[in-house]
Amino acid sequence: MSTLLRIENLHKSFGALRVTDDVTLDVAEGELHAVIGPNGAGKTTLIHQISGLVAPDSGRILLDGADIALLPPHKRATMGVARTFQITSILPGFSALENVALAVQAREGSSFRFFGDPTREERLNAQALENLAIVNLAGRADIPAGELSHGEKRQLELAIALATRPRILLLDEPLAGTGREESERVVATLQALKGRYAILLIEHDMDAVFALADRVSVLVYGAVVASGAPDAVRADPEVRRAYLGEEV
Amino acid sequence: MRGSVAVRALPYLLFVFFAITPALAQFGAEGYILSLVMRVMIFAIAAMSLDLILGYGAMVSFGHAAFLGIGAYGVGILMSHAVTNVLAQLVAAVAASALFALVTGALCLRTKGVYFIMITLAFGQMAFFFFVSLGVYGGDDGLTLRATPTLFGTPVFENTRVLYYVIFAAMLGVYLLLRAIVASRFGRVLRGARENPVRMQAIGFDPYRFQLAAYVIAGAICGVGGFLLAHQTEFVSPAFMTWQRSGELIVMVVLGGMGSLHGAILGAAAFIILEEVLARITEDWKLIFGPFLVLVALFARGGLVGFLRRLGGRR
Ligand SMILES: Nc1ncnc2c1ncn2[C@@H]1O[C@H](COP(=O)(O)OP(=O)(O)O)[C@@H](O)[C@H]1O
Ligand SMILES: [Mg+2]
Repeated sequence: MSTLLRIENLHKSFGALRVTDDVTLDVAEGELHAVIGPNGAGKTTLIHQISGLVAPDSGRILLDGADIALLPPHKRATMGVARTFQITSILPGFSALENVALAVQAREGSSFRFFGDPTREERLNAQALENLAIVNLAGRADIPAGELSHGEKRQLELAIALATRPRILLLDEPLAGTGREESERVVATLQALKGRYAILLIEHDMDAVFALADRVSVLVYGAVVASGAPDAVRADPEVRRAYLGEEV
Repeated sequence: MRGSVAVRALPYLLFVFFAITPALAQFGAEGYILSLVMRVMIFAIAAMSLDLILGYGAMVSFGHAAFLGIGAYGVGILMSHAVTNVLAQLVAAVAASALFALVTGALCLRTKGVYFIMITLAFGQMAFFFFVSLGVYGGDDGLTLRATPTLFGTPVFENTRVLYYVIFAAMLGVYLLLRAIVASRFGRVLRGARENPVRMQAIGFDPYRFQLAAYVIAGAICGVGGFLLAHQTEFVSPAFMTWQRSGELIVMVVLGGMGSLHGAILGAAAFIILEEVLARITEDWKLIFGPFLVLVALFARGGLVGFLRRLGGRR
């Protein structure tokens, strides 16, 4: 499998706090690469840098060989970098369908169209509905996104990301705050998406991580302390001490 | 349910009211009533244009009156050079205000929040002082329009009723145009960026481009308001574009209810008519008007439109 996303020697500090410390990692086409690590390890900041919300101090971020580290977030999005947020980020006043339809609109034709009602554009709505169906939200299409349950909002955000036709999905703790049943549904959804997209998954739920990941990297104080196949990482004594130890 | 029908019919009722006002006014102080209501409609145009960026785009522009003034000076300056053709004046008014919006908007929109408010205020003041210093065109005192406006050689706007319906048509046209824009693909992106710009960027939109386009559209439409104001008052002056005037436009939009368009019409009407009525009752009308605005801001969230909506039992 060829490498789709490659991060090289990435550095980022907030004042004296090193949040990304010489991180090098990659995600191959169709691979699910999980990043785990304690709270404050710099996982979210890493995704912010890949998606363009935070500028790295140094290092390269290569998408299919091209350095995207200096591009604004919207450019990266149109190049195929899609993400979800640890704290769900949707448009609460728009219906679930419109949330996704906007993502379709972003890549379908021009948005500098000043006439015509986009909520009646069949092409946009049909594609939006398809993506809602992938996350089992087709039945909730007309509900204002702000009125969905917490778990549904997380699902919606995933549908939005999928509707951009991404090449790589950056998922920041998609299971955070979801109940048992909801989280099983999300894991099933991710299982179904696996192989079709390159996925960088940040997750705390160890069962989910070891069930889903092709590869696991462990981030501690901004640095990658271990990386490899799930079983090898799980057996790594340093990882057990530095991270998994807390969990057991 | 009947209430909710009335609420939905509100925009239509407003336009019907404006359409039949001349018929009713003949039974009263016609000249006074028509000129008051024309003023309301012109400010309704300006307030609707502000609502596009303020209500739908969450851009609190504190310099919007500049566009009113630039549009008016487009008329005044051409008139003083004997260019009486109103179409030429309209093109000049719209082009000048759109250009000013493009240049200043491109800079203002690099900032956010309070900084955006301050920099739009600063550009508004720049425009104000620019015209104050333009001695050739009357400076501080402004310009009285002595020439007769024409269209293809024939005098126009002579008849008050004709001017009234020209202004009415402009207001209706602006309303319909903005309605279409806010509902369109473009408007949907603008509204999305109001709710969550980070999410919009993450799906591939650059909010800046859409906000700038909206800013230019709003400036151009407000320029039309300035064009009409110049013809209605037969006078232009820097007083059209003071920062207080910009503040009044914000008050109109907020008073009527942001992000509804017809709320801006209602807000402009309420503001101007209340101001007029209170000023007749007492010289200290601002003492009453100020607290009234505070009450509206506190208790009528969503402005008059939101208040009526709640009366009508929707939401
Ligand atoms: N904008 C910021 N300014 C200063 N410190 C920050 C900022 N963002 C995150 N941090 C700090 O960086 C560290 C890593 O944060 P984060 O990337 O959110 O960790 P994680 O997602 O692994 O829990 C934390 O200590 C956090 O407080
Ligand atoms: Mg985090």
